[in-house]
Amino acid sequence: MYLYDQYDQAMVDARVAEFRDQTRRRIEGTLSEEKFRPLRLQNGLYLQLHAYMLRVAVPYGTLSGAQMKMLGDIADKYDRGYGHFTTRQNIQYNWIKLEDTPDLLADLASVEMHAIQTSGNCIRNISSDQYAGAATDELIDPRPYAELLRQWSSFHPEFLALPRKFKICVIASETDRAAMRLHDIGIRIVKNDAGEIGCAFYVGGGMGRTPIIAPLVKEFVPLDQLITYSEACLRVYNRYGRRDNKYKARIKILVHELGLEEYRRQVEEEFAHLQTLAIEPPLAELERIKTYFADPAFETGLPDEIDLSNANFAKWVKANTAPHKAAGYAIATISLKALTRQEDGSVKAGIPGDATGEQIRVMADLAKRYSFDELRVTHTQNIVLPHVRKADLFALWQALVAAELATPNLDDVTDIIACPGLDYCTLANARSIPVAQKVAERMAPKAEEIGELKLKISGCINACGHHHAGHIGILGVDRKGVENYQLLLGGCEGADTSLASIVGPGFNEDGIVDAVEKATNFYLAQRQEGERFLDTYRRLGMAPFKEAIYG
Amino acid sequence: MADPQILLRDGPAATAPTVSLDAFAADTNATAVVIQPGEDARVLLAHLDRLALVEVTFPAFTDGRGFSTARILREAGYKGELRASGDIGVDMLTHLQRCGFDAIAPKDVLDADQIKTALATWPQVYQATVVDGRKPIWALRHGQ
Ligand code: SF4
Repeated sequence: MYLYDQYDQAMVDARVAEFRDQTRRRIEGTLSEEKFRPLRLQNGLYLQLHAYMLRVAVPYGTLSGAQMKMLGDIADKYDRGYGHFTTRQNIQYNWIKLEDTPDLLADLASVEMHAIQTSGNCIRNISSDQYAGAATDELIDPRPYAELLRQWSSFHPEFLALPRKFKICVIASETDRAAMRLHDIGIRIVKNDAGEIGCAFYVGGGMGRTPIIAPLVKEFVPLDQLITYSEACLRVYNRYGRRDNKYKARIKILVHELGLEEYRRQVEEEFAHLQTLAIEPPLAELERIKTYFADPAFETGLPDEIDLSNANFAKWVKANTAPHKAAGYAIATISLKALTRQEDGSVKAGIPGDATGEQIRVMADLAKRYSFDELRVTHTQNIVLPHVRKADLFALWQALVAAELATPNLDDVTDIIACPGLDYCTLANARSIPVAQKVAERMAPKAEEIGELKLKISGCINACGHHHAGHIGILGVDRKGVENYQLLLGGCEGADTSLASIVGPGFNEDGIVDAVEKATNFYLAQRQEGERFLDTYRRLGMAPFKEAIYG
Repeated sequence: MADPQILLRDGPAATAPTVSLDAFAADTNATAVVIQPGEDARVLLAHLDRLALVEVTFPAFTDGRGFSTARILREAGYKGELRASGDIGVDMLTHLQRCGFDAIAPKDVLDADQIKTALATWPQVYQATVVDGRKPIWALRHGQ
């Protein structure tokens, strides 16, 4: 894991001191809310429906045990005992007091964390593959490149008042676990024919009201031009991105309106110019960063078999673990989409992405004991322990069971992504969380039979819940002052990225739950051997599903 | 023309009267020009020698195009005064300076103490903008 040196620490400390001063001026009244707003936003502090919400950056989703523990302590000390992990691989606290934030940020800084640029029209936290450094299919660990970009994008003076927010993702495998092409810039680390490592740049993807899958803008950018090329992409956007309409201000609209060729030409021109200036860090800097991401000391000669005689454990292993590049190890995912059986036999679903302060500390401790002190936050709002010895899985599972963190539902229909929606968000049209809970509770009995089905819910067109990329997507809209839900089918964020389409007229809250059930029943009746929901949908198309849902 | 409240270099502020970018193209005697956010600074690159002052406007602090304008001019070797004017808050000062501005004319006068604090906020910087002459952290790390 990356560790701060004195420079990184000084930058974060400087930010805390600056924000302490700004907050003091705000509380004294010498700084108006209007003037304070952009300042707090650059520090991840939003004013929501009921309180301040603070979003903490988790760079490329990687955390140490000590950092995770601090996140749990903060939940108890400054929030009402909860943290909420988000689709941006970050964590949010929903009940923060303004006067507490400087101390909260200082606590974060003490474990090399911050809330810098987690909101506002600037380059946001860089996201990455949650299995980085552990996956069997990656070319190289993508995180050093993400860290290089993190430093470059932190307080970049030219790009702090962009037309709109800007999200960058870096991955290094064919399987895309991070929705890379749904980012403003998606970078895939690739190898060219000469065997050299470089970056493929996809620019202009995104969700929101105009979902677009990013086109490939440059096939191969050598590693020693990564920053320079990124800067060229951003400068063209900062100068020419639309500022007249907030809904047309993302880079995807610029690329679309200019045309891919013209955007590429302008970037190339700026790139050629910027290459004449010494703005690129030396490769030695990348090497320095890389040393922090060296493999942990994996043991060799470990047993590869897992004793699956406990049926519940076997279920969890099947659903929530993935193959690891080192023999004898597995990647384990802790689901934050809890399903708890009630005394009457019914199932109760938790809030997607929520964990209590105590649960967060338990996960921190388990990372220390079983995963070389490392955790990852996934964009599907779960937590990964990337490096677990297969021999330890049973003990890990037992500890998770005790902490109510062992729900075996990864990637099934109850592993739902949901944005905060109308329960917290000022922009929402409809509630997301209760719908997620109702769908999960209804579908739980059939979830195992249905298998992989990615269901994603957004409370408004801004699409924080990634509904466009759901095998099933649900979008909350406002119909004459009443909450209404549209159903979408056929989205996918993987290597074969596709966007979901709206099925037909919207539903009320109970209606949307019925609609999901009808769609899945139809799938179960129609599926062929080995087909996931998405495959059946792709084979049959929308019409028969629509018939089954509305007919 | 907005007079600068803050000068980030020695010497007096430039006094030449500014003209709009359109007028500048027609008036070969003009030595000072105002650029609005939507205008392309690169049309000035052929005339940098005769320019003593370029004023870059920020009608709203949320519109950051002027940051790119400034860097583009400095990257091309512009040596005269580069003045930022308009809706400028104290937190923008270091960023303006890093993009090559050496004179600031905020619409609302800024508090002197806050200016001092703001300009001293960042011990180091992560990026090379080149135009501010500061060594980025990566250069310090590698003894460059
Ligand atoms: S999708 Fe809409 S409702 Fe949900 S968090 Fe985003 S802005 Fe808020």
